Amino acid sequence: MADMIIKKKRPKNLDLKSIRLPLPGILSIIHRISGAWLFLLLPVLLWMLQSSLSSAETFAVVKDLVGNPLVKIILFGLIYLYMHHFCAGIRYLLLDLHKGVDLESARLSSKIVFVVSIALTLIIGAKILW
Amino acid sequence: MVNRIVIGAHYGLKDWILQRATAIIMALYTVIFLAVIITVGPDSFVAWRGVFANGFMKFMTFLFFVSLFYHAWVGVRDILMDYIKPDGLRLLMMIATAALLVGYTGWSVQILWRM
Repeated sequence: MADMIIKKKRPKNLDLKSIRLPLPGILSIIHRISGAWLFLLLPVLLWMLQSSLSSAETFAVVKDLVGNPLVKIILFGLIYLYMHHFCAGIRYLLLDLHKGVDLESARLSSKIVFVVSIALTLIIGAKILW
Repeated sequence: MVNRIVIGAHYGLKDWILQRATAIIMALYTVIFLAVIITVGPDSFVAWRGVFANGFMKFMTFLFFVSLFYHAWVGVRDILMDYIKPDGLRLLMMIATAALLVGYTGWSVQILWRM
């Protein structure tokens, strides 16, 4: 019985090039990629927080670093990853509560996530970095 | 003899709930943090340090970090389960992830209470 269930052949299509991912699917994979990047960058962010809080000298070092245009662009990207993960996460919480599970609203809400996360990135990036 | 089918039945329900609970805590903190940054606008060392010297913000920031590390554990574990096929390597990477996150928890205590 158990063997039958485990060995049951299921259709598989792992040819990524032939799959046209719909918007909620793109949102989903960006949610995963952004989460992975935020995890990988944790030590850098913790180091920045520590340096910015421990002394006036180290605060100045971080301030200089953030003043660098290349670092600004990276941080801007990081704010986007955070905002996307944040907005997409709220969408998933609503889906968990069975809000917006039909196809049409799921597509609409993923559009909203993209628009709002880009808008928030621009506003917050402008406020914090410039 | 009992034949158990190794599927279903609440495997990972605790992590599923905690992933969402920690997400809510982090989302609330994000709003609080941004509100503080926008209203106070701490651009000097003294002002920036003042934000985290406040007892409420210190507590909330620590709660945010603990939530973040647990949330990251569930997320990274899911990613490793999906993509890392060799059992030994996956186990090793899970242990490394857990060790890192426990280390970060200690580090965040140090950052907040020894500033």
